[in-house]
Amino acid sequence: MIKSEAVITILDKIGDKIIAEKDYLTELDRPIGDNDHGINMAKGFTEVKKKLPAMAEQDLGTIFKTTGMTLVSTVGGSSGPLYGTAFMKMGMALTAKKEMSFLEFLTALKAGIDGVGQRGRSTVEEATMLDAMVPAYEAMEASFAEKQDAKAALEAGAAAALAGAEHTKDLVATKGRASYVGERGIGHQDPGATSFTFMMQTAAENF
Amino acid sequence: MVGIVIISHSQNLAESVAEYTTIMAAGANVAAAGGTEDGSFGTSFEKIYQAIETVDSEDGVILLMDMGSAVMTAEMVIEAYGSDKVVMADCPLVEGAVVATIDALGGMSRDEILAALAEVGKTPKF
Repeated sequence: MIKSEAVITILDKIGDKIIAEKDYLTELDRPIGDNDHGINMAKGFTEVKKKLPAMAEQDLGTIFKTTGMTLVSTVGGSSGPLYGTAFMKMGMALTAKKEMSFLEFLTALKAGIDGVGQRGRSTVEEATMLDAMVPAYEAMEASFAEKQDAKAALEAGAAAALAGAEHTKDLVATKGRASYVGERGIGHQDPGATSFTFMMQTAAENF
Repeated sequence: MVGIVIISHSQNLAESVAEYTTIMAAGANVAAAGGTEDGSFGTSFEKIYQAIETVDSEDGVILLMDMGSAVMTAEMVIEAYGSDKVVMADCPLVEGAVVATIDALGGMSRDEILAALAEVGKTPKF
């Protein structure tokens, strides 16, 4: 079972990774967006990191919901409502739970990813964070079905997220600011798919 | 009177659009929510929430957004605000703001204004 303490540790490490990759994520956003993804995400996770220590005794639902609400409140760009919705939906799926099985984590993550699709009115193959999220979820589900342990499943998810993020280079964006750039966006990797890949990699490394 | 909230990634743009509506609708119930908390480009959940509160009445509130995260953040504020009287309109920001404030000042209901705003984007300029 995965306990609150482990989730807090991983969210804190995700914050460190996002903050460390701030310039790279912003640089990815420059040619196809409004040049702020890394700056915004670092701002959001700096605030999340401040709130994590006080939540050691809280249930998983509260930890994820607070993380989501903090991102909504502090990230000024689209990643605020998108990641905010993802974490809040995960929190709703884990309400009052002090620990979760890996299957419960996958179910919650699925609710979060569905929330991103609804919030952004988007689906896969539109050069968004969903192009990393959906393959990552599917890889973890397949790994879990093959009775792999949670760490192996997370590693499979991270690898699928990276492949999905790299695949966004081949896509023409039809959602978000990148849609204004159209075909000139081909060859550029989506910043949101990249930040999600960092989250998956960090989760796999620290589990 | 129906309240109108102007939401933009730019604080200046939101405030200027709100100011611009006074040309034809001085006295309309309009509030601006532009930029992030520190005034940089982006949209702020708290600013939008507070702007709705300042123009809220039993007649309802219509939100006008520029693009992208403005739409998604506005949608999240509506969910958190918990009132079915607050709605988003899908229309060009400047023209929509002018139409919405004139109609609100003229005493039209929220749904009548929403119907008028639905036509705004379809009206050619030339």
